[in-house]
Amino acid sequence: MIIIGERINGMFTDIGEAVKTKNPKPLQEWAIKQKEGGAHYIDLNTGPSCDDRVAGMKWMVEVVQEVCDLPLVLDSTNYDAIEAGLKLCKKPAMINSVPAERPKIERVFPMAVEHNAQIIGLTMNEKGIPKNADARVALAMELVAAADEFGLPMEDLFIDPLILPVNVAQDHVPEVLEAIRQIKFLADPAPRTVLGLSNVSQKSPDRPLLNRVYLAMAAACGLDAAIADANDDSLMETAASVEILLNQAIYCDSYVKVYRTR
Amino acid sequence: MAVQLLKERYASQVGTVVLGATKEQGGTRSVSITVGGESALPFQHYEGSIPNRPIIAMEVVDVEPNWPAPLKSVLGDVVKDPALWAKKCVDEWDADVIYVKLEGADPDGANKSPEECAKVVKDILAAVSVPLIVVGCGDVEKDHDVMAKVAEDAAGENLLLGVAEQEDYKSLVAACLGGGHSIIARSPLDINICKQLNILITEMNMPADRIVIDPMIAGLGYGIEYVYSIMERGRMGALQGDKMLAMPMICTVGFESWRAKEAWASEEDFPQWGIQAERGPAWEAMTAAALIQGGADILCMRHPQAVQATKKHIEQLMETK
Repeated sequence: MIIIGERINGMFTDIGEAVKTKNPKPLQEWAIKQKEGGAHYIDLNTGPSCDDRVAGMKWMVEVVQEVCDLPLVLDSTNYDAIEAGLKLCKKPAMINSVPAERPKIERVFPMAVEHNAQIIGLTMNEKGIPKNADARVALAMELVAAADEFGLPMEDLFIDPLILPVNVAQDHVPEVLEAIRQIKFLADPAPRTVLGLSNVSQKSPDRPLLNRVYLAMAAACGLDAAIADANDDSLMETAASVEILLNQAIYCDSYVKVYRTR
Repeated sequence: MAVQLLKERYASQVGTVVLGATKEQGGTRSVSITVGGESALPFQHYEGSIPNRPIIAMEVVDVEPNWPAPLKSVLGDVVKDPALWAKKCVDEWDADVIYVKLEGADPDGANKSPEECAKVVKDILAAVSVPLIVVGCGDVEKDHDVMAKVAEDAAGENLLLGVAEQEDYKSLVAACLGGGHSIIARSPLDINICKQLNILITEMNMPADRIVIDPMIAGLGYGIEYVYSIMERGRMGALQGDKMLAMPMICTVGFESWRAKEAWASEEDFPQWGIQAERGPAWEAMTAAALIQGGADILCMRHPQAVQATKKHIEQLMETK
């Protein structure tokens, strides 16, 4: 289970403020802290209050790479910002994200292939987020076809079937599980799957409980990665257990430690 | 119709371990030998690199061994003198390294002192210039003292010392760290214990590139399939990025094959089994041949003919065309 650390996001006040005032410290501290938590990738999002997203993303990539060698996930709807960031990444990065909309696919897929980057593809389009699993899988198929068309290795495509908060969209939650299961059958080798995990618990009490239980359920359906809180110890322990119980990693007594330090 | 060759892309590779140290490296060996480093399944040259071939360590015991008579008679009188024995293994039988078993330390046997044991190792170091692997007699308490002394006296030679086990590894790790040696981590046919033991050893600050896995093999006809599948699983783990399984593997082929009655029983007793002189070395060579397909990097062997056959086999498997 790949955990993408979600914390360096301008939606959080400290990061938003830091991006605005070009103060690298909070970003660098969170990068190190998330790596220590066991994150495998670091998500970077300038946040809505950043006026110049291209410059903001470039700055974020540079300051985080100064202290942390984990691969980066460039999280933006501004593809110029992503492209500028990709050029600075020392390790192959991940693009977060592209919906199943033709103009955006045509912009992002060639860019990913050029920079050897991975892509998070969202099962949504101009009409929004589908209600059920079948419609999500139909959009996932468009992303899979795009990978073939533009020459992106299928393992580099991470399909996000878009989880919504359980308190307001409860009926979506099992549909997403079913979508993950079906997405794994769309190609051979299969595309990979990812979730913005913390969304499931938005504005609910005891968010870590909902997050980690859903992580385990989704993993059993074939989830490969999650954008999540890498400093939630119980979540990371769940991710470690999941790999063992699915026989993806070889068991040993120190399996939690091995998961967090590899 | 064009046929496309299927090539697996692995995320990682097996680590390497260096045996022996030359003068420039602080030892007295004429060569040091690197094992491991594979980035594909055994001998799958077309999809990865196999930079180092499996090597053969011929076994030398510090006291005359109680091995089956047909095996001993092939080795000849040298079995009474470990230094001469080692020399013959290298000069005549082409051993890559010498595997010294300090059987004489056994309190229920010759009960040699740690000093006497260390002297045997020094004598062998003087007699041959290849790297050495040295293991104790199997008595936990005695081996602590013996291996500590060997590690100290041979400091700088970069020996491969064994064996560390889950319930007893600290003292040997400390000895290896002190004398600059590498270590054999033995687990009882159990990949989970194997991985955990490597973690415990690295937690004592032993670098992973100084650990060799001994999966505790079984010989042909006596459970070899268990160890074969465990080795294969460990190797897959290594190639998929599991750092705590990415160590080269050592197999005690000679010990396990010559325990089998089929290796040493005479033709008079078992006419249907055929000639012992052919059957015995074949039993050992077949055990080795199977285990190198499971990923063995160091084969500890006994019979010169089995060694020759295995060497030839490895040579063919290493050919890339």
